[in-house]
Amino acid sequence: MIGAWGDPRLRPVVWASLTLGSAVGVFGFVFGVAAVSAGATVLQACAMSLLVFTGASQFSAVGVIAAGGSTASALGGALLLAARNGVYGLAMARRLPGPLGRRLLAAQLTIDESTAMSAAQDDPEAKRAAFWITGISVYFFWNTATLLGAVVGTAIDPTKFGLDAAFPAGFVAMLWPLLRDARGRLTATLGAVICVSLIPFLPVGVPILCAAAAVLVGVRR
Amino acid sequence: MSWTLVVLLGAGAFGFKVLGLVVVGDRALPPVLERCLNLIPAALIAAIVVHDTFGIGGQHLTIDARAAGVGAAVVLAWKRTPFVLVVIVGSAVTAVVRAIA
Repeated sequence: MIGAWGDPRLRPVVWASLTLGSAVGVFGFVFGVAAVSAGATVLQACAMSLLVFTGASQFSAVGVIAAGGSTASALGGALLLAARNGVYGLAMARRLPGPLGRRLLAAQLTIDESTAMSAAQDDPEAKRAAFWITGISVYFFWNTATLLGAVVGTAIDPTKFGLDAAFPAGFVAMLWPLLRDARGRLTATLGAVICVSLIPFLPVGVPILCAAAAVLVGVRR
Repeated sequence: MSWTLVVLLGAGAFGFKVLGLVVVGDRALPPVLERCLNLIPAALIAAIVVHDTFGIGGQHLTIDARAAGVGAAVVLAWKRTPFVLVVIVGSAVTAVVRAIA
């Protein structure tokens, strides 16, 4: 990253990745607070951010546990959300050649932010650099902030600060860019309707899994 | 929360990333599959928003201060407000409504 600062083409990328990283940090902090209030230890909250490193999956898992759902339903929804990183990996694969070890490391950093920042660059070299710079920056901020949030979370009541609404509010912000095309809007509407109509009948967390059926919107060309 | 969840989710999440980036790589998937996979975030994130807003009370729909906070978040997201502000204002509105109610 320090080396990248010397390359004028990459300076905007470094700057954007640091801004993005600090924004992600706010969310990581909220994750840490929420995880401990859902019954995780500080160590479990940190392990989750280090190992899973996928915000939406982590929030979804903790949300289901906090609402009293089972480990299986928490895991199911979170894994489905993690599946999209596999799709990002497909898009990144041709831009990130190299030895197996480096590609495994790149895999762990393949998330919304690094993929989007890479896609926004013009030439292959900048695409590669943007991926690594953003991935490393977000990894650092996400994990540091999780630790801080988890430590602070043991001392405060999250509902007093409305932090239980921070998840859904953050998800609203994540959802918005996905509503740009008609197919995305239809899928999101169906997903929400399926979920809300099943809440009264199924265990906590399971309606989220059922909402995945809305992706069948993609079957029609 | 159990370590089983932490470890299995960690392994599963990494597994998906490796599957995409390393195992399948730049081989093409059937277009139908690719279209459906691309829609997973829209379906699930929309579901999570309504689940975490109205379904946290268990097997019935609840409307409380969170609905106000999430409503504020929708307005801000619509106005293209930065992510951090959406989260902070959504939480703050919830806290204020809860304190008043």
